[in-house]
Amino acid sequence: MDRSEIESKMVDLLVEELGIERDKIAMGSKFEEDLEVDSLGVVELLMALEDNFDVNIPDEEAENITTVSEAVDIVATKVNG
Amino acid sequence: MARRRVVITGLGTINPLGQSVVDTWQQARSGASGVTRITHFDPTEFRAQIAAEVEGFDPEVYIPRKEVRRLDRNAQFFWAASAQALQDADLAYEEDDPAALRAGVACGSGIGGIITFQDEVGVLRDRGPNRVSPLAITKIISNMAGGLASIEFNLFGPNICTVTACAASANAIGDAAEIIRRDDADVMLAGGSEAGIVELSVASFASARALSTRNDDPERASRPFDADRDGFVMGEGAAVLVLEERQHALDRGAAIYGEVMGYGMSADGYHITMPRPGGAGAARAMSHSLRDAGLEPGDIDYINAHGTSTPANDSTETAAVKAAFGDIAYKIPMSSTKSMTGHLLGGAGALEALLCVLAIRDGVLPPTINYETPDPDCDLDYVPNEAREATVNYAMSNSFGFGGHNVALVFGPPS
Repeated sequence: MDRSEIESKMVDLLVEELGIERDKIAMGSKFEEDLEVDSLGVVELLMALEDNFDVNIPDEEAENITTVSEAVDIVATKVNG
Repeated sequence: MARRRVVITGLGTINPLGQSVVDTWQQARSGASGVTRITHFDPTEFRAQIAAEVEGFDPEVYIPRKEVRRLDRNAQFFWAASAQALQDADLAYEEDDPAALRAGVACGSGIGGIITFQDEVGVLRDRGPNRVSPLAITKIISNMAGGLASIEFNLFGPNICTVTACAASANAIGDAAEIIRRDDADVMLAGGSEAGIVELSVASFASARALSTRNDDPERASRPFDADRDGFVMGEGAAVLVLEERQHALDRGAAIYGEVMGYGMSADGYHITMPRPGGAGAARAMSHSLRDAGLEPGDIDYINAHGTSTPANDSTETAAVKAAFGDIAYKIPMSSTKSMTGHLLGGAGALEALLCVLAIRDGVLPPTINYETPDPDCDLDYVPNEAREATVNYAMSNSFGFGGHNVALVFGPPS
């Protein structure tokens, strides 16, 4: 799966699962500060990522995710081995 | 020191008859039924297949899209009704407004976020514990409707939740009035909500033989006090009243609908679902509310009955009214608006309080529809089938909950 596919899917999930407005989302957006996603929302996103990309993201790895781009990175690493 | 008086300065509701106070009142006056075949799920296998649903509710009219999905339908209803009520009262608080510290919330619900409860049990069973939503509990707990109202509308005063089943929102109104009376707040959003038309609760109420099974004739299924009644019809929705200390309301020139005059409570102490035969428990709640209001039985011009349309409730409530009011009972019109709205469970007391307030304002008694065949055990004036014009100074609203919780509220005119 190439990166742009993951990015596109990531944006879809943020819109569908967290109710964020699509035009607010950029790869550099910070979840807490820019997108107002709180700690519960981050957990929801992680579960959505695991379901949709069929990956497993342990909590200790998830702690390092602060931006959309970083979330794409971790998914890309997992999906593409 | 004279007791602080509590008036009503705002109303809001989402219910099967309408999604505004104006529409609801128009429908109630015209004797409309909100009952249909259930559409929220396929009821084919169910003993009871009918309910009074809120059709076409769009939470995004009131709630940001991002928040909507974090709320159970129950809390969405409460949020919407609260927004309406605050707007009607012309009240809004900024976060740094000192008045916000004196404004609170009392919300009632019977079964809280039971839709979420059912959904998440399914997730747990089918997909395992690691797929249960982090929001499951916050959506299930009944108090979250009030918590969210405090967050959204900047209400930093007392914030409570009453969970006395079908008396829950009547308790919320009574407790909120007490909070204002004892000077812990000047303004309280008070009411309740319910969104329980979901497989689990319909199945359980039906198994308990509490629901009408008049599935082929939904609009005529809720028929309180009629000899052919066969159970209640589930409803859903919310109603919220803005309660306000009277001088506080006068000082800001608020329009006043009426006054919360009296609040009475008792427990049947008898059975988990059945009322105590003879209605002594319910009668004591009514008598307490009259005493609290400083009124005599003959002062009451209208009673909004609990009137669920179950065989046991309606005859027992009739007996209870006679026990509390004596022979005067025969002269007091008493209707059950559940004939139209279905039974909103934890939201019922607030919706019926709202209808009492409008009855006082407009001098119109909403009817008991579907009243066709008299029952010898139900021999009072139930305002059958058509609304009636009448002067209403004081109105009583009864609410009784599983567990034997009895609540009566008395409302009076603005002056």
